[in-house]
Amino acid sequence: MINLPSTIRIAFRSLRVNKMRSALTMLGIIIGVGAVIAMIAVGSGASARIAEQISSMGSNLLIILPGTTTAGGVRMGMGSQPTLSMGDAEAILRECPAVEAVAPTHGGVAQLVAGHMNWSTGVTGTTPGFFLVRDWQLAAGRYFTDQDVKSATKVALLGQTVVDNLFGDQNPVGQSIRIKNVPFQVIGVLERKGQSPQGQDQDDAVYIPVTTAQKKLFGAQFPGMVRIILVKARSTDALNAAERQIGDLLRQRHHIGQKQDNDFTVRNLTQIMQTAEQSSKVMTLLLGAIASVSLLVGGIGIMNIMLVSVTERTREIGIRMAIGAKTWDIRLQFLIEALALSLMGGVIGIILGVSSSVVISTMSGWPTVVSPLSIVLAFGFSGVVGIFFGFYPAYKASLLNPIDALRYE
Amino acid sequence: MPQAKKRQQRLLADPLVAESLFAFKLVLTMSLIEAQDITKIYSFGDVELRALGGVSTTIEKGEFVAIMGPSGSGKSTFMNILGCLDKPTGGVYRIEGIDTKDLARDELAEVRNSKIGFVFQGFNLLSRTSAIENVELPMLYNGLAAKERHDRAREALKAVGLEQREHNHPNQLSGGQQQRVAIARALVNRAPIILADEPTGNLDTKTSEEIMNLFVRLNNESGITIILVTHEPDIAAYSRRIIRFKDGHIVNDEKK
Ligand SMILES: Nc1ncnc2c1ncn2[C@@H]1O[C@H](COP(=O)(O)OP(=O)(O)O)[C@@H](O)[C@H]1O
Ligand SMILES: [Mg+2]
Repeated sequence: MINLPSTIRIAFRSLRVNKMRSALTMLGIIIGVGAVIAMIAVGSGASARIAEQISSMGSNLLIILPGTTTAGGVRMGMGSQPTLSMGDAEAILRECPAVEAVAPTHGGVAQLVAGHMNWSTGVTGTTPGFFLVRDWQLAAGRYFTDQDVKSATKVALLGQTVVDNLFGDQNPVGQSIRIKNVPFQVIGVLERKGQSPQGQDQDDAVYIPVTTAQKKLFGAQFPGMVRIILVKARSTDALNAAERQIGDLLRQRHHIGQKQDNDFTVRNLTQIMQTAEQSSKVMTLLLGAIASVSLLVGGIGIMNIMLVSVTERTREIGIRMAIGAKTWDIRLQFLIEALALSLMGGVIGIILGVSSSVVISTMSGWPTVVSPLSIVLAFGFSGVVGIFFGFYPAYKASLLNPIDALRYE
Repeated sequence: MPQAKKRQQRLLADPLVAESLFAFKLVLTMSLIEAQDITKIYSFGDVELRALGGVSTTIEKGEFVAIMGPSGSGKSTFMNILGCLDKPTGGVYRIEGIDTKDLARDELAEVRNSKIGFVFQGFNLLSRTSAIENVELPMLYNGLAAKERHDRAREALKAVGLEQREHNHPNQLSGGQQQRVAIARALVNRAPIILADEPTGNLDTKTSEEIMNLFVRLNNESGITIILVTHEPDIAAYSRRIIRFKDGHIVNDEKK
């Protein structure tokens, strides 16, 4: 028959008596819980950002680059000789069943002029497949078509950053701009994409038909050659098959013998990003685990203080036993004290952790994500720490011999 | 007549009847406190110290007993055993017929809670805790409701004449007042026995008299059994029986 409300009251009173000591003991838990929450928030923020970038890049994406890769993954002479052609791109779409869309690209940096505004940016020639590969929607206007590619029309799609710099608040669709002094008509504006995984502004771009780029803007040192081919596989599962099929096809088309190195490189961007996401998750766990160590240290602090408290209050324990406190009355009194310390520390730690994640993201610009799960876990864990590290002192107190405890000086 | 006698014999031959008769006799003859050949030996390595060397006595309900004897004669050791705070090395101690050897730790706590009120020389109140909360303490451990606890604590404080000092902490009370709080705490669970080890040891003569008069009143009016240890004949004079200890033995036991 344990009187819980009174036991709780007794526990809180003795915590109040030693305010400074209680606060310092809690500090360990506060720092531990705060660190766990802030670290997990920073880590999940990074994961979330990578995931966001993966989807902004377009899903199930492969990139084919000219040049070779060594075993270590270092590209050799990439782009030094153009080895990829429009024909390669068409063949890939036609002959690789795992491929859903392709987009050959060819471009460079060019000066844009609209009215009295000018802006310098990357101009990419490509095919309508590009917007499918990149999962890139229109904000206004229309995409260019296969017909535009065939007849090399001078039409352009603008990214949001280009629109902001050349047109401000005006509607650019239907307006004309000059790229390298060649007049183009703006037919559409692309949706805002944000930063690429490499930290580039993806909206600072202009897209035109690939044939127009080759013939009118960037010359064709080797006619029909393209810089890069983007490929969208049918599904994530089809990525490896697509990679293999493309490799086989291009080796055949480029007449590469058994022992010869490829003159192209297929990069599985999605896989690279997924690996990055995975490692950022591992990183989050690692940060959380390191922070948990401080929570553990906080728990040991509680145990230490509770042991001191039991020794200091031996006489009090003796008095309580003399007037009828049973084993669990004494045990609960000290357990509740330890639990109150750790849970109060937990709550303050949560507040500290959440507010420091906010401070971190506003100061450094890193995104942070405070997950409710990490809050629940941190709170639960601090409770477990309190019970675990409070139990031994409580147990020790409850086993004192009444007469020895009463006589303790 | 011989027929009735025969029937009685037949009845007594029934083991069930015999047993219940025996139990009944036991209850009738049962003493409140019964100590048989109690020993307490402290050993320090090879050296043994016989604090009690075989103490036997019985104390009935309603008695007022003073235990006297020189310092170190085993009075406190005996009191602690009576109060179930300590266990004897040998011998049998029964309280209300229950052999304390058979009781587990928590059962002993229950005996202390319900049967015994302690009054110590050093008061042993919880500091930083008001008088009334100190008095409520024993009731925290037997599941009384808060309201009942409070009422009974006030009643007990009133019985010792401290109704005005409910909210004072021990360090705001005189020695005599602190001892009265301790007595109120001993009373509050309506325990039949009060054990007081030199309750006036730290008090001046006048305060000692007040405390002793309080004990006499509790003994007379409520029939509470009082066992107290004292050095002073003046204090022992309030009792109706004096047990004298020497070297761990009872050397004299006289009733007035
Ligand atoms: N916890 C203990 N450990 C060892 N010796 C003790 C302990 N308690 C009491 N004693 C010894 O037992 C003897 C009786 O002590 P006590 O009962 O306190 O005497 P009294 O109360 O009559 O003065 C003394 O010699 C004392 O030193
Ligand atoms: Mg003594």
